[in-house]
Amino acid sequence: MADKVKVATASLAGCFGCHMSLLDIDERIIDLVELVEFDRTPLTDIKEIGDCDVGIIEGGVCNAENVEVLREFRRHCKILVSMGACSINGGIPAMRNQYQLKECLEESYLHGMGVEDAQIPNDPEVPLLLNKVHPIHEVVKVDYFLPGCPPPADTIWTFLEELLSGEPIEFAYRQIHYD
Amino acid sequence: MTDDHITETTNRVMTQWNNDQSNLLQMLIDLQQALNGIPESAINQISAGTRRSPADIESVIGFYSFLHHDTHNPYRVLFSDNITDRMLGSRALAEHLNSRLQDIDTATVDYTSCTGMGDQGPAALVNGHTLTRLDKERIDQMAALMETNTPLSDWPAEWFRVDENIRRRDLLLETDFEKGSAIKCALESGAEKILEELDASGLRGRGGAGFKTAMKWRFCREATGDNRVVVCNADEGEPGTFKDRLLLQSFAERLIEGMTVCAKVIGATTGFIYLRGEYLYLRDELESKLQRYRDAGLLSKDIHGEAGFDFDIKIHLGAGAYICGEESALIESLEGKRGIPRIRPPFPVTSGYLNRPTVVNNVETLVAAAMIAVHGAAWFRTKGTEQSPGTKLLSISGNCLKPGIYEYPFGTSLEVILKDCEATHVQAVQIAGAAGSCIPPSEFSRSIAFEDLATGGSFMIFDRERNLLEMVQNFTDFFVHESCGFCTPCRVGTSLLKKRLAKVASGRATGVDLEKMRIIGSLTRQTSHCGLGMTAANPILETLDKFPHIYEPHLLSTTFEPAFNLDASLEEARQITGRDDPDAHLQGGGV
Ligand SMILES: Cc1cc2nc3c(=O)[nH]c(=O)nc-3n(C[C@H](O)[C@H](O)[C@H](O)COP(=O)(O)O)c2cc1C
Ligand code: SF4
Ligand code: SF4
Repeated sequence: MADKVKVATASLAGCFGCHMSLLDIDERIIDLVELVEFDRTPLTDIKEIGDCDVGIIEGGVCNAENVEVLREFRRHCKILVSMGACSINGGIPAMRNQYQLKECLEESYLHGMGVEDAQIPNDPEVPLLLNKVHPIHEVVKVDYFLPGCPPPADTIWTFLEELLSGEPIEFAYRQIHYD
Repeated sequence: MTDDHITETTNRVMTQWNNDQSNLLQMLIDLQQALNGIPESAINQISAGTRRSPADIESVIGFYSFLHHDTHNPYRVLFSDNITDRMLGSRALAEHLNSRLQDIDTATVDYTSCTGMGDQGPAALVNGHTLTRLDKERIDQMAALMETNTPLSDWPAEWFRVDENIRRRDLLLETDFEKGSAIKCALESGAEKILEELDASGLRGRGGAGFKTAMKWRFCREATGDNRVVVCNADEGEPGTFKDRLLLQSFAERLIEGMTVCAKVIGATTGFIYLRGEYLYLRDELESKLQRYRDAGLLSKDIHGEAGFDFDIKIHLGAGAYICGEESALIESLEGKRGIPRIRPPFPVTSGYLNRPTVVNNVETLVAAAMIAVHGAAWFRTKGTEQSPGTKLLSISGNCLKPGIYEYPFGTSLEVILKDCEATHVQAVQIAGAAGSCIPPSEFSRSIAFEDLATGGSFMIFDRERNLLEMVQNFTDFFVHESCGFCTPCRVGTSLLKKRLAKVASGRATGVDLEKMRIIGSLTRQTSHCGLGMTAANPILETLDKFPHIYEPHLLSTTFEPAFNLDASLEEARQITGRDDPDAHLQGGGV
C-alpha cells in the first residue's frame, strides 16, 4: 500500500468537464486505484493536499483562491499536469479578458436581467477576482500539458499509464489532435 | 467630402489601372493618396469594377499596414521604429509630437517598421512621404503647420531631403556608366553569350539568399510559358538596410538596363519594380526616368532598334508589409492580393506572376548584372573572393561617426569596416538585419562574404552604452508585427517570444524562461512556412548563445516566477469591492 503513487486533482476556473472525462475511463478506474492513491481531489473530498507524486489541474486561474490552491499543488506535487483547454489557455472563462473586470461584475450583479437587491459582493469569504483569467503555467511551473476540451478519457488513461510505468509520454495522433 | 467626389475619384483611379483586378492594391494605394484614406463607400464600386468581392477587398486593406479607411485626418505621421531610430531618440520625439497635437484631432501619430533612413534618422513618414533628421525643433515647427492645416506641399522641402550618403565607392559605384551601354552590349552579344558571362562572373543574389543569378535566369529561360516577367525586388524591408534606396535614387539607369538585359535573356515582355511604400518619394523620379528611356527608344517597343524586342517596366508600390520582400509574397502582392508566401515549388522561375515564368532579383543584383554586361566577368572578378566575387553595398548605421553607404569587396573584415566608419567601443554588430547575426568583438576578424557572414546589406553598430536586450526586443516586436499570420508557428511563436522577453526585461524571469525561449524559438525556426518565421527567433537564439550576460542580470534565483504580478492583478477587484483584508492580497510570487 505504502508505495502507491499519490495523485491529487483540482478544478480551478473550469467546468468539471475534464474531471468527468477522467471518470469516463470507466472500469479502468479499478485498475487505476490499484496503482494510485487519491489525495486531495473532488472524488475523495479531502480538502488539504499532502505530499503527492502527481497533481492534475483542470481550469485556469481566475481568482485569489485559485492562485493559492495552485501554489499549494505546486509545493506538494513532484509532477504537475495542466489538463484541458481552460488550464492551458484560459479557455471559456478567459473570454472575459476582453472586458474590464468592472464591466463583467456590473453586468452580472447590477444590470443583469432579473437581478434583485443589486450589489457587487464584497464579503471577505468570497475570493477576489483577478483582473484577467490566466493559464496555470503563467503562475507556476507546469511539467505536462494535456490538450482537449476535455481531453478524451483514452488520452488521460494513456497519459497516466505511461507516466506511472515510467515510459516516455507518447500519443496516437487521434488522441491529441481534434481535426 | 461629397459622395460624387468619392465616386469620381474612384472611377478615375480604377480607369488608370485598367479596372484590372490584379492592380487592386495599386488602386487602393492611389485612392488613399487622393482621398486621405479609402472610404468604405468606395468598396462596392471597386468590387463591381474589379470583380473582386467586398470581403476580398477588405481583406487586402486589412493586410497592408499603410492602408486605412479613415479619411478625416489630414495628417498621419508614422515614426520609424527601428532600433537605430530609437537610439537617435525617435520615441521621445513621437511622444512630444503627440502631446503637441493633443488639442487638435486632425492628426494621428503612430509607429511603423524601419523606413530605410537609418543613416539620416530619426525618420518618419507623413502621409507616406519621408521625413529625415527629425529633432525637437522640427517637431515643434511641424506641429505648428499641422495646427494651421498647412498642406504638405507648403512644408519646407529641406525636411524631405534624402541624402545619398555614399562613404565608400568601389567597383559598382566608381565605374562610370553610359546610358544604353548595357542594352547595347546585351543585344550585340546575344542571350547565350550574356548568360555565359554572367555565369563566369559568379554573381550571386544580393537580396539575402545568394542564389546564383545566371542559374536563376537560365532556369527561367528554359521554362515553358509565354509572357515572361522580370521583377525587381525594391522592397528593401530588412531593418537597417537602405542601400537599394541609393541605387534607385541615383543609379536607376543601371537598374533599368539590368532588367532589360534580363528580359533579353529570358524573353520577357513585362517588368515590374516593386517599390516599398516607404520609398514613395522615389516614384515620380523613377517614372520620369522610365519615360526618358522610352523616349530614347531604349524601352517599350523595338528596343535599341531590334525589331520585336519589346519590354516595358511598371512600378508597383508596396504598402507597409515586410513579408512582401519574400519573392513569392511579393508576387502575390503584385497580383493585388494579400502578401502571403506561396507554397514552393513551383518556384517563380517556372510559375511566378500570373503563373508565368518570372525572375525576381534584388535591385543591387540587377545593377551588377548591367555592369557585368558592359565590363565582363573578368572585370567583376577583380574584386571579392573566389566564392563571393565582386562587391557588396553596406548600409551602416547605429553607433558610428560616419553612417551611410559603403561599397566593399567581399572578404573585407568587420575590423576594417568599423575603422572606416569610425565606430569605437563597439559591443556588437548586427549583420543582415533583424533576422541576421549578432557579432561580438571576438569575431570582428570575420568578413563579409557568402562563405562567412552573408548579408543583404544591413550593418547596425551598438556601442558599450547600449542595452542589447532592447535591440532583441525591438527585433522581436518587429517580427510579431510583420508575421503575415498565415501559419501558426510564426504567428503564435513570435508572440510567445515577445511575452517571455518582456518578462525577462521586467525582472520577473528565471532560468526556466530562458529555456522556454530556446524551445519556442527552435520550434518556430523548424516549423514555419517561410523565411520570416524560420529566422524570427534568431535575435533571441543568437544572443542567448553569444551574449548571455544581457539576460542573466535580469533573472531571479527562484526556479519559477509568474508571468504577471499576482498582487497587482487583484487591484481592480479591491477597488470595486473596497476590500483590503489579508485575503484581498496575494503575497509572494513563484513557488
Ligand atoms: C521575409 C523575407 C523578406 C525579404 N525581403 C527582401 C527584400 O526586401 N529585398 C530583397 O531583395 N530580397 C528580399 N528577400 C529575399 C527574396 O525572397 C529573394 O530571395 C530575392 O529577392 C531574390 O533576389 P536576388 O537573387 O537578386 O537576391 C526576402 C526574403 C524573406 C524570406
Ligand atoms: S477544458 Fe473544457 S471540459 Fe475542461 S474545464 Fe475547460 S471547458 Fe470544461
Ligand atoms: S512564417 Fe510567418 S510570415 Fe511566413 S507564412 Fe508563416 S506566418 Fe507568414
